[in-house]
Amino acid sequence: MKVSMTVNGVAVSHDVEPRTLLVQFLRENLGLTGTHVGCDTSSCGACTLILNGEAVKSCSLLAAQCEGAEVTTIEGLAASDGTLHPIQEGFREKHGLQCGYCTPGMIMSSVQLLQRNPNPSDQEIRHALEGNFCRCTGYDNIVKAVQWAASQS
Amino acid sequence: MVPVAFEYHRAGSVAEALSLMAQHGEDAKILAGGHSMVPAMKLRLSTPTTVIDLGGVSDLKHITDKGDHIAIGAMATHWMVESSDVISAKAPALRDAAASIGDVQVRNRGTIGGAMAHSDPAADYPGPILALDASMVIQGPSGQRVVSATDYFVALWETAVQPDELLVEIRVPTTPMNANSCYEKFAQPASRYPYVGCAVAVDKSGGTCSDVRVGFSGVGHVGFRDSNVEGALKGQALSAASIKAAADTATNGVDVLSDWSVSEDYRRAMSRVYARRALTKVGL
Ligand SMILES: Cc1cc2nc3c(=O)[nH]c(=O)nc-3n(C[C@H](O)[C@H](O)[C@H](O)COP(=O)(O)OP(=O)(O)OC[C@H]3O[C@@H](n4cnc5c(N)ncnc54)[C@H](O)[C@@H]3O)c2cc1C
Ligand code: FES
Ligand code: FES
Repeated sequence: MKVSMTVNGVAVSHDVEPRTLLVQFLRENLGLTGTHVGCDTSSCGACTLILNGEAVKSCSLLAAQCEGAEVTTIEGLAASDGTLHPIQEGFREKHGLQCGYCTPGMIMSSVQLLQRNPNPSDQEIRHALEGNFCRCTGYDNIVKAVQWAASQS
Repeated sequence: MVPVAFEYHRAGSVAEALSLMAQHGEDAKILAGGHSMVPAMKLRLSTPTTVIDLGGVSDLKHITDKGDHIAIGAMATHWMVESSDVISAKAPALRDAAASIGDVQVRNRGTIGGAMAHSDPAADYPGPILALDASMVIQGPSGQRVVSATDYFVALWETAVQPDELLVEIRVPTTPMNANSCYEKFAQPASRYPYVGCAVAVDKSGGTCSDVRVGFSGVGHVGFRDSNVEGALKGQALSAASIKAAADTATNGVDVLSDWSVSEDYRRAMSRVYARRALTKVGL
């Protein structure tokens, strides 16, 4: 079946099987491999992106469900001149990553958080990132990275 | 991690979804938010041959204050329920439950209708739906019918919704008692599904419990009202002692689930603790 959507501002359209997951559509059809797959059980959040303004797990959606949707992935976050998004800058500034596997998902969930709550407390950040697992950092620097980004606006 | 191949249809209306269901019969499955179904399809626990997506049915996505009740469309997401001012003010137990589901991403996609139709024994909504005495609007080939919360939950994974029917709306009465409700949950730390969830609504005019409803999630094979606790508290003066005495009767005579992480005895004990916490919160 044909599936069309707008990804990072670009209209795309591909013929895919109905069982194609959104994350496969991005990684395999569009070559956008910034969105990661970290689990089989919808738990880890590595695949998080923004779909029509909301953070979602792209491993748990069919591409077909996203017909006509607006998708933003980690590749679409920086400005066109390469200036990093404040949250990306925050992760760099505060060492919010080690291996980086969870980072795209962490950043996309943080984008959602700061939209809904521009000035989150420590607790609120931890709560908002409950759907994103990190095996490396112990989370403290991730919380600091999000706080750093919040303080920039 | 890839589902078995299937045929996909996107319905534009409830009528179209019902006719697609009639056409494709038992092998067709309805897809709402997909957050129980797609994970199950990926693990090949669910292998429908036809999937009928309700994602395009925009008139199931409402939350409306109708005066004597709040009408919640089946496709309203957990986030819509969690962030609705009218639900917060008039049915806080439902808000509490929605806000406690999984994580932000799951709440952005999962729907109240999908959760209510799925009837996972570990789902959060059944307790509050029972404590708020909500009713479910079910639509099938011969029209709509309204089913009360107490008749809705039938058995493990089974509700009053028949294979040729859709759950289209949930109606929550807007009574002073429902405005005085809450949901207290003991969550599994990794999945955040409830080990025990207890919803209560209390009418406490004049310091006496003139009416109370207590609904449990995650404790039995399906959500249930606990008549032990309700009977023990109704008509009593509300105090820490009367609440504890009533809460300590919770789950008497009820089959309580046990699983690899929580034994039956522990879950029963925690049911009493969470009933006490919920009753204390809105009863005192
Ligand atoms: C990581 C994770 C954590 C979660 N944690 C929790 C939690 O803590 N508490 C909790 O309660 N839930 C939890 N869930 C489940 C979540 O709430 C689901 O969203 C919900 O159970 C199903 O809703 P859905 O809209 O995604 O339905 P779907 O998955 O699309 O459908 C579920 C089932 O209901 C049927 N169906 C859907 N809509 C209708 C309808 N209108 N009429 C008739 N049949 C219908 C489908 O055919 C299917 O069988 C979690 C899910 C995930 C992935
Ligand atoms: S890959 Fe783990 S939640 Fe999507
Ligand atoms: S930085 Fe390695 S998983 Fe988070």
